[in-house]
Amino acid sequence: MRYIRPLSIEDAVGELAKAVGPAAILAGGSDLLVRMKGGFIEPELIVDIKAISGLADITETADGFRIGAAVPCAVLGENKAVRKAWPGVVEAANLIGSKQVQGRCTITGNLCNASPAADSVPALVAAAAKAVVAGPSGKRTIAVESVPTGPGRTSLAKGEIIEAILLDKRPEHAGDAYLRFIPRTEMDIAVVSAGVNLTLDDKGAIKTARVALGAAAPTVLLVEEAGQVLVGSKLDEGTLERLAKICSGACRPIDDKRGTIEFRRKVAGVLAQRAAAIAYKRAGGK
Amino acid sequence: MNFDPRYSGRNFSSVGTRPIRPDGIDKVTGRARYGADFNMAGQLVGRILRSPHAHAVIKKIDTSKAEKLAGVKAVITAKDLPDLTDGDAAMYDILDNSMARKKALYDGHAVAAVAAIDARIARQALKLIEVDYEVLPHVTDVDEAAHHHAPLINDQIFTEGLEEKPAKPSNVTKRTQFGHGDVHKGFAQADFIVERSFKTEQTHQGYIEPHACVASVNPDGTADLWVCTQGHFVYRQHCAQLLGLEASKLRVTSSEIGGGFGGKTHVWAEPVALALSRKAGRPVKLVMTRDEVFRASGPTSATSIDVKIGAKKDGTITAAEATLRYSCGPYPGSWAEIGAMTAFACYKLENVKTVGYEVLVNRPKTAAYRAPSAPMAAFAVESAVDELAHELGMNAVDFRIKNAAQEGTRASYGPVYGPIGIGPTLEAAKNHPHMKAPLKMNQGRGMACGFWFNFGGQTCTDLNIGMDGSVSLAVGTVDVGGSRASLSLVAAEELGIDYSQVKAIVADTSSLGYNDMTDGSRGTFSSSMATISAARNAIKVLRDRAAQMWDIPVDDVTWEKGHAIAKGEKYGNLSPLSLKDIAAKSGTTGGPIAGHSELVADGAGVSFATHICDIEVDPETGATRVIRYTVVQDAGKAVHPTYVEGQYQGGAAQGIGWALNEEYIYGKDGRLQNPGFLDYRIPVCSDLPMIDTQILEIPNPNHPYGVRGVGETSIVPPLAAIANAVSNAVGVRMTHIPMSPPRILAALDAEREG
Ligand SMILES: Cc1cc2nc3c(=O)[nH]c(=O)nc-3n(C[C@H](O)[C@H](O)[C@H](O)COP(=O)(O)OP(=O)(O)OC[C@H]3O[C@@H](n4cnc5c(N)ncnc54)[C@H](O)[C@@H]3O)c2cc1C
Repeated sequence: MRYIRPLSIEDAVGELAKAVGPAAILAGGSDLLVRMKGGFIEPELIVDIKAISGLADITETADGFRIGAAVPCAVLGENKAVRKAWPGVVEAANLIGSKQVQGRCTITGNLCNASPAADSVPALVAAAAKAVVAGPSGKRTIAVESVPTGPGRTSLAKGEIIEAILLDKRPEHAGDAYLRFIPRTEMDIAVVSAGVNLTLDDKGAIKTARVALGAAAPTVLLVEEAGQVLVGSKLDEGTLERLAKICSGACRPIDDKRGTIEFRRKVAGVLAQRAAAIAYKRAGGK
Repeated sequence: MNFDPRYSGRNFSSVGTRPIRPDGIDKVTGRARYGADFNMAGQLVGRILRSPHAHAVIKKIDTSKAEKLAGVKAVITAKDLPDLTDGDAAMYDILDNSMARKKALYDGHAVAAVAAIDARIARQALKLIEVDYEVLPHVTDVDEAAHHHAPLINDQIFTEGLEEKPAKPSNVTKRTQFGHGDVHKGFAQADFIVERSFKTEQTHQGYIEPHACVASVNPDGTADLWVCTQGHFVYRQHCAQLLGLEASKLRVTSSEIGGGFGGKTHVWAEPVALALSRKAGRPVKLVMTRDEVFRASGPTSATSIDVKIGAKKDGTITAAEATLRYSCGPYPGSWAEIGAMTAFACYKLENVKTVGYEVLVNRPKTAAYRAPSAPMAAFAVESAVDELAHELGMNAVDFRIKNAAQEGTRASYGPVYGPIGIGPTLEAAKNHPHMKAPLKMNQGRGMACGFWFNFGGQTCTDLNIGMDGSVSLAVGTVDVGGSRASLSLVAAEELGIDYSQVKAIVADTSSLGYNDMTDGSRGTFSSSMATISAARNAIKVLRDRAAQMWDIPVDDVTWEKGHAIAKGEKYGNLSPLSLKDIAAKSGTTGGPIAGHSELVADGAGVSFATHICDIEVDPETGATRVIRYTVVQDAGKAVHPTYVEGQYQGGAAQGIGWALNEEYIYGKDGRLQNPGFLDYRIPVCSDLPMIDTQILEIPNPNHPYGVRGVGETSIVPPLAAIANAVSNAVGVRMTHIPMSPPRILAALDAEREG
């Protein structure tokens, strides 16, 4: 096994592109090392991206935020500007594991690990976040939800690395929220989860809405219909009921050790309602 | 040696205080040596190949490729552990469980093992071992396994304990029955009857430290084993027997222990490590992964229990009956029998009958887990008791107080009780502020009682007095919960010296006589008895030496508060001699001063507890939160109250995990789905409230200080107390443990839909 720590994204992409055997990108390692220890993967090349210049930075641009792929979730959580603009994304990132895990783990790693239960991903999808992908044939920017294609699988090609996650600048009266269901209080994996992102008009009615569900299907679900049902409302009881119904209906969950189909459907609706209520309040709605 | 174990009602100066434990510094600095911390020069890494099938004939194992891999020093299969058990069926099962002989009986059953120069090569070698399996139908559910259509796990087993010998083999290995009176008559007298069926899923002890050992076998027939265990003497006996060694030539040293809870009373990997070392001619270290710990060690029984209890309008129970089915894994056990004995032990009953059925399943061999079998029986019985109280319109505590066993009550499992603590724990619970605290919306309160026998057993200690007057105490019961501190307190108490003068250690098997293991809540009970006896023997020597120093008859010397005193006016001018004074002169008065004790600690006092618990349930998700928890338990005498409280809290914490989330989940393929702490959910710190404790002290008449075992009873009531709390919170009777959120939500939905 070869471990390298390139200093530029070009070098990293080049090494990955010419790798013959199985290769892996190492960010925080909180998924990768666990899988290696368990004997599930035995990479011949490990490319540590933490020393690549710029990858550990959070930068505020004219369009919003650029969160480097090597930014640990703990650092993200301490960034006041991101926290203020995207509290839902940050709370999702800060649910991952524990203090110790957060010192290492990244939202990009969370996304690329492609677990249907990844915590930050529904919040990122609700936030309409984008991923900047660097590869042998240059750079492209894609919607976050197009990265995972199935459990443990992504749309990234050989040699491609996600460089950063982009979050938009926030208009006034905007709020987002993320909730997950776990049987314990921490150190657990979402049985089902929901991220909601709203903007309101001046009268407090919902102007735009995005709703995403986690652990409800093989990949994160962007439930467009759920967003539509919220638009125009002030989150009255009838709307919330319809929201829950749509979310429950949109789920394509499985029965497994973490929960039943029935349970996931039902709780997806409950969490969407509760997350919507929090996002609405954060946006200044009453 | 005419030791008088009777309770003497003395006043204490050391016992009952809370000094710092002798193993504390090592543990908080990381210096303590646990099983995996021991290493030897030239040691190899041992790894075990495990069956991926729940039930399969092992047709052939080809190890030739693995043997040829560079760095591999030994590969073994069952052939390398020949059967030396000589008709001892229980030992044969232990052997077969250590390494499958003809059939793999559960997912995770060991089939072969390697010793290699490093972990990577060992792992590669496992992949090169070719096992030819013939997969058989399997059964993992206790009720399905008991059904006569179920796949047979062992066709040589015919149900024992039936009136007629059965014609066909069965997965039900044994039927046992306990009770007295006539339950039919009793139910006929009842105004109210509650009858329900309950299920509990299989749980693991969940000790944080995995099984680990280093084995070193010499060509001359001697061997050493360093191991994390609750009973190194028992491990020695078992390993010696399985490997054909002489017990006294196998020296077993126990490490510090990161939890056992009954799960480390049982050899698994140790015979394999010894066999690997014997074949490789080098020491072998074998450490189980967490996955292996779950798949192959531990667990407790899964159960299915029917309960029927009847009472008169005035609240008198007229009859109680239970049928209990417990899974044993693939080998016979007596788990349902223990459940059947403990089920109604808290109550004074005229008519009672319990029947236990031991059931084989394709799951790991059931091992003891803290008051083994009692929590599930208590769950079923205490749930029914609660429901009956509701039906009678009686307060749940008052109903229990009315029917509680007392001194002189004939227990449902046979004996007549001496002084016992069930009544006092119930009264204390009734008067506890917790019982009166207001509840908020979606919150419910539950309570339950629990019983455990406790055990004494063979015990032996050495107490040696150094020339500087310091005392070393060597005990043979592994310290699983602070017993070195407690035993040092007892030695200090009996000798009349300060705690800081005593240093207790756990001696290895070559340094001390045989000791039963630390199970049955016997560690402090039995070793304190042996320590008192050893100290009294040492005092005899000390008095004798003082008499020599004074040149007076020994009968004129008494021992008080750590000093020899010359009795009577004629010795008025002789000032007392301290232990230190006498020890300093020991070289010239007859040599080293010591006290020894070998005894069977009879008379372990039974123990009772009552728990109270408040739970909040989120009715939309089924999520639960334990808001408040109180443990009231009889300790006889709390030698070191902090560690007694620790035992109370630990049992409650484990019970909370068991009640709410912990369970073995098997797929249709018979494979364990959740062999890790991510999906086998023991509670984390933030899941638990501060667990409040109240120690009652109803002295055990059979121990000089009145001590009873305290380690196990605390896990008996929680399943029931929590089930009662959840049931009261949601208004639906919960009958299936664990009450995971999906189960609670499903129960609520079923109720809403009517
Ligand atoms: C104890 C513990 C608790 C956990 N709890 C949670 C939890 O509560 N919620 C949750 O969602 N997850 C949890 N996880 C999983 C894990 O921590 C998260 O998924 C985390 O976000 C992964 O980030 P990382 O930087 O450590 O990823 P890594 O392990 O470094 O990488 C993960 C995967 O993504 C690939 N990858 C990483 N960076 C890039 C990149 N820039 N471009 C392309 N591919 C890349 C890697 O090759 C690897 O396949 C937990 C893990 C542990 C060990």
